[in-house]
Amino acid sequence: MPELSVIEAVRETMRSEMRRDSSIILMGEDVGHRGGVFLASDGFVDEFGEDRVIDTPLAESSICGVALGAAVNGMRPIAEIQFADFVWPAINQLVGEAARVRYGTNGVKTAPMTVRVPYGGGVRGGLYHSQSIEVLFAHTPGLSVVAPATPYDAKGLLTTALRSNDPVIVLEHKRTYRLAKGEVPEEEYSIPIGQAEVKREGSDISLVTYGLMLHYSLQAAEMAVGQGIDVEVVDLRTLRPIDAKTIIESVSKTGKALIVQEDTTAISVSSEVAAIIGENCFFDLDGPITRLGPPEIPPMPFSPVQEAAFMPSPEKIFDAIVRLAAI
Amino acid sequence: MELYETMVLSRYLDQRVWLLNRQGKAAIAASAQGHEATQVACIEATDPSKDHYLIYYRQFTAMLALGTEPEELLRGFLAKADDPMSAARQFPLHGAHPRVDLFNFSNVIATQLPQAAGVALADKLNKRDAVTVVFFGDGASSQGDTHEAMNFAAVHKLPVIFFCENNRYAISVPMEKQMGIESLSSRAAAYGFPGVQIDGTDVSAVHEAMTAAVERARNGEGPTLIEVMVERLLPHTTDDDHTRYRSSEDIEQMNDRDPVKIMSEKLIEHGLISKEQDEAIHASAQQRVNQATDAVEAEPYPEADLMYLHVTEGSGEVK
Repeated sequence: MPELSVIEAVRETMRSEMRRDSSIILMGEDVGHRGGVFLASDGFVDEFGEDRVIDTPLAESSICGVALGAAVNGMRPIAEIQFADFVWPAINQLVGEAARVRYGTNGVKTAPMTVRVPYGGGVRGGLYHSQSIEVLFAHTPGLSVVAPATPYDAKGLLTTALRSNDPVIVLEHKRTYRLAKGEVPEEEYSIPIGQAEVKREGSDISLVTYGLMLHYSLQAAEMAVGQGIDVEVVDLRTLRPIDAKTIIESVSKTGKALIVQEDTTAISVSSEVAAIIGENCFFDLDGPITRLGPPEIPPMPFSPVQEAAFMPSPEKIFDAIVRLAAI
Repeated sequence: MELYETMVLSRYLDQRVWLLNRQGKAAIAASAQGHEATQVACIEATDPSKDHYLIYYRQFTAMLALGTEPEELLRGFLAKADDPMSAARQFPLHGAHPRVDLFNFSNVIATQLPQAAGVALADKLNKRDAVTVVFFGDGASSQGDTHEAMNFAAVHKLPVIFFCENNRYAISVPMEKQMGIESLSSRAAAYGFPGVQIDGTDVSAVHEAMTAAVERARNGEGPTLIEVMVERLLPHTTDDDHTRYRSSEDIEQMNDRDPVKIMSEKLIEHGLISKEQDEAIHASAQQRVNQATDAVEAEPYPEADLMYLHVTEGSGEVK
């Protein structure tokens, strides 16, 4: 089984799906001869031609609005947003429009489109190349939001997105693109939307996370072994709908919950996970539901010192594990 | 003649929904009164069996011209279960029609323009002979989405017609506060495709401009911007009062540009119909509207549980 990085898994999945289904087109800024700024579509224009790999004008609202129009007329577009920080001009076409197409037409029209959004920080991206933008999408009925952290999950969830009959937002953490490597089967497979996965089994604390923080959390969990603390790590993988069942099963078993995310914590994914645990695991809890996230300042400073201070790290997560275990 | 009948039917239906609003039965209505001639002429130049129509909330007459029934429109205004556009989830005239490819997803102005470019892109990629007509008002012309859509459509020479019904008011804001130019159509030159300004009360002039635009689109030559000058004879919606912002002279003068009156006079003047025939057309439209109102008023609202359907594929269905 070949070992791929996340960006390679994304590229190979798009390539094989575009070979399989001629209604899939890719559109976005610099996706053509440049191959995308992260090279997700490297070589695509040569294989699929300029009709199916469309370099758009620099205008995110129309990238998503045009993709939506093409989707309701028989295509399965992939809209690539170059950086998550640039998705805001397109928010209305996604949250206001695409999410409501099936509902607002009582099922007469559907919008089978995939929006790929490289997000997240720790890459010296400053205020406008580091943002985590998942909350607004994850709050929106009608959208599915997935955030694969590993190459295996990236292939499985992107495949599902490209075959879905509804709009799916695929969040790809930029720092994982080349950092996270893993075995990826060459044959087709898909991972259902809405299924979390226990990435590390443990008995003392349930650590719920997603994205880049999965990798940092797994490192922290290994560090905790030396302290005699056995951490279970739950990777959400999908942020809408959130897999409450897997979270509840894990926390009911361990009795302690630590939620780790890179996004600021107020009114966020971790708020929702904490609410799920509070509503369902009240009698199983042996300690307070604990959240670890960055400070409430606009993500995130460009200065390397401040960026490091802002980002959760394996060490910070390890400290939070030790504190919670001691309660 | 058939076009005129559609215009008259639209006028009576339009008057009826305002009445239903005043009776507390229709929560909201926007009117097409003043826009009728331009809408029938526009649709007449297209082929509803294969073309696409992205309408906006003032497309009463266009919808009738496209073959939807008065009952279907009334179901939307009265929020009845069998509203074909959205099963009464949306404001009237919003949603999508199951028979004709006309749709209107949103109340957010101008969102339909990039979507229209996308619909046309799909046709172009699949080498389908279809034209996309996207309707919008002068208000929508200020939105960034309008610029983005026209630019994208120009780059790809898409078979799309940008059809702007300019009634000079974005709710209360007059043209001179919306733009620094005399005619919206002049913007087309900046995108690299033709733009024309037409008198929207003149059925033949609108039809002629649309026919040229449709031919251009079908020949793969790209988009056209058509700006039709019309009057909005009533306030923006049933919740508006235009005496707060239009002068009494403006309100008085606009009645000279009532397209139903103009068309009626023209048809009689050219001997195409008699005065009696005209009266019969009006009487028949009124009767049709009465009949439809009685039928639809008796229909039920959708059941509360139906609101769970169609959020995503399979959602809300009883397993």
